Amino acid sequence: MAKQEVLNDVLITKPHNYESLEDSIGRLILKPQLHKKAWWIFFLVGLAGTGMLGISITWLLYQGIGIWGNNVPVSWAFDIVNFVWWIGIGHAGTLISAILLLFKQQWRNSINRFAEAMTIFAVMCAGMYPLLHTGRPWNAYWLFPYPNILGMLPQFRSALEWDVFAVSTYFTISLVFWFMGLIPDFASMRDRSTNKFGKVAFALLSMGWRGSNQHWHRYEQANLLLAGLSTPLVLSVHTIVSYDFAISIVPGWNVTVFPPYFVAGAVFAGFAMVLNFLIPVRAFYGLKDLITMRHIDWMCKIMLATGLIVLYGYILEVFYAVYSANFYEYKLLMDRFQGPYAWSYWLLIICNGVVPQLMWSQKMRQRLWVVWGVSAVVGLGMWLERFVIIPVSLTNNYLPSSNKMYIPTFWDFAMFFGTMGFFLMLMMLFIRFLPAINVFEMKDLLHKVLNNDSKVEPNAERTPYGNAPKEALPTVEKEVAK
Amino acid sequence: MSHGYADDSPKSFGLVAEFDTPEKLISAAEKARLAGFKKLDAYSPFPIHGLSDAIGFRDVKVPYLVFAGGLVGAFVGYGLQFYAHVLDYPMNVGGKPLVSIPSMIPITFEMTILVAGLTAFFSMIALNGLPKPYHSIFNTPGFNRASQDRFFLAIESGDPQFDSDKTRQFLAEMAPLSVHEVEA
Repeated sequence: MAKQEVLNDVLITKPHNYESLEDSIGRLILKPQLHKKAWWIFFLVGLAGTGMLGISITWLLYQGIGIWGNNVPVSWAFDIVNFVWWIGIGHAGTLISAILLLFKQQWRNSINRFAEAMTIFAVMCAGMYPLLHTGRPWNAYWLFPYPNILGMLPQFRSALEWDVFAVSTYFTISLVFWFMGLIPDFASMRDRSTNKFGKVAFALLSMGWRGSNQHWHRYEQANLLLAGLSTPLVLSVHTIVSYDFAISIVPGWNVTVFPPYFVAGAVFAGFAMVLNFLIPVRAFYGLKDLITMRHIDWMCKIMLATGLIVLYGYILEVFYAVYSANFYEYKLLMDRFQGPYAWSYWLLIICNGVVPQLMWSQKMRQRLWVVWGVSAVVGLGMWLERFVIIPVSLTNNYLPSSNKMYIPTFWDFAMFFGTMGFFLMLMMLFIRFLPAINVFEMKDLLHKVLNNDSKVEPNAERTPYGNAPKEALPTVEKEVAK
Repeated sequence: MSHGYADDSPKSFGLVAEFDTPEKLISAAEKARLAGFKKLDAYSPFPIHGLSDAIGFRDVKVPYLVFAGGLVGAFVGYGLQFYAHVLDYPMNVGGKPLVSIPSMIPITFEMTILVAGLTAFFSMIALNGLPKPYHSIFNTPGFNRASQDRFFLAIESGDPQFDSDKTRQFLAEMAPLSVHEVEA
């Protein structure tokens, strides 16, 4: 990784035709020997984490919430921190797949599938926490309005009930959006795979997709509509999550800046996670020509921009506490600065406020280990942000009786690392069994690149493959000859 | 109606021409439409802009259905809350009005998105006739490349102008890689 790769505006850096494009993506699934030792190591680490998650959930169900560090003033702690963190991780996926689609950002084509998969797995991890936090998850269906003998419906005025609707809608729509994009790729895998099991499985999954013009016509309509629907959805989900805090009266929570600040934080953490996964994956699987330095550069810039919004949120929190002249807000601020959890606040400022500023420099954005490191630090920082906001605010409240420390237990950490393992395992299975890059959108991009579409290639003088002479380009016509 | 085939011969699905670039497919589709063919379809590995226009295919059912789905979602979402908190079980919470619209917006909004989004997916699937275990076009030799790097144009035998020989000649003029008559 030490060697620097070239950065230019070319979105497909190697000479490709439709067939070679298909091959470089499809072989991840169709050639198991491509998945070397590293895949197994990551998969087994993920599997071990999933085992730890299973054990901690079992023990939790047997013993009850008491095994966590939650106590009476601090009744929302690791479980809610992790819930908010994981939901936020997912937001980058929807941003890439929906918002960038609406803005006609063709560069998203090679990373959207991957990021959408992350969304779904992250929401799965997130969804576990509030359900388990109810203490009796076997009664989780009480959260939904259903006809029952008591004649009772949930309290729809509660932000927690809004959460139920927001998160379940988010999961459903993300899954549908993701699956719809996969159907044409399943069809393509069906036609490529040589082994019988793969053929049958992909044939079933593709549901008889035949790439007819009518199919594509309606597919494009539905895809654009889903993108248009997902865009306000993704903004609403973290907004509603932030309402859990913002509409309460707890000092440190009752802040109107929370909705935009939470959404920006979610995208910030999400892009960091996408980079953390994509940088190794593109190196291991030879996808550097499709996920180029330009992609990484742009993702770093989005990370920096959202990071600055988050930093503005931190500054505004300080300003609000001072300017409002509210004694309890001010007390909480001083507690954050120099109280028993001051280390977490200052570490948060370093992680989210200081370190991401490295991304201003193009030299740093081109050093992949720096980008990877900054992304990891941002992931930690965003987790700390939720930690500082959620449990720490609860340890310092209106009454002296609320002053109580919160100390997480072994099981808090076991479950958190367990969900990370679960996420890692799902990502590894995804890379192994599903097309990790959207094949047909890449072909569409290639078609535009070959035709020198101005939207894709702003610099008309440059050939689609950098400095290669134009006549050396592999055109589709030449490819037919074989 | 021509009677190009006897009753005992296998029924024909139509004639299928294979092309190597999207541009050739578009121009062939355009020519076929101008020649008056109605039952046409094109097959490609990725969506091609302008192909629907070239082929004369226009369909706006999905957007209308999604709009209707969104309306249904909004009414169900709002209606559910109104029914629960105003009609069925009015409960005074902190002296706030029973019809407190701002607190009803989030769920109304989420239900709108949920129903509209599911409608988009399922109407796309249903209008496209998926899942479809068998389709005659898969009998075309080399059709497995329709999802890879080849572009196909089919003129179906149900077309009033379809004539096995004349249509084949018509397609052959567009310099395809191959033309096949495909069994139904």
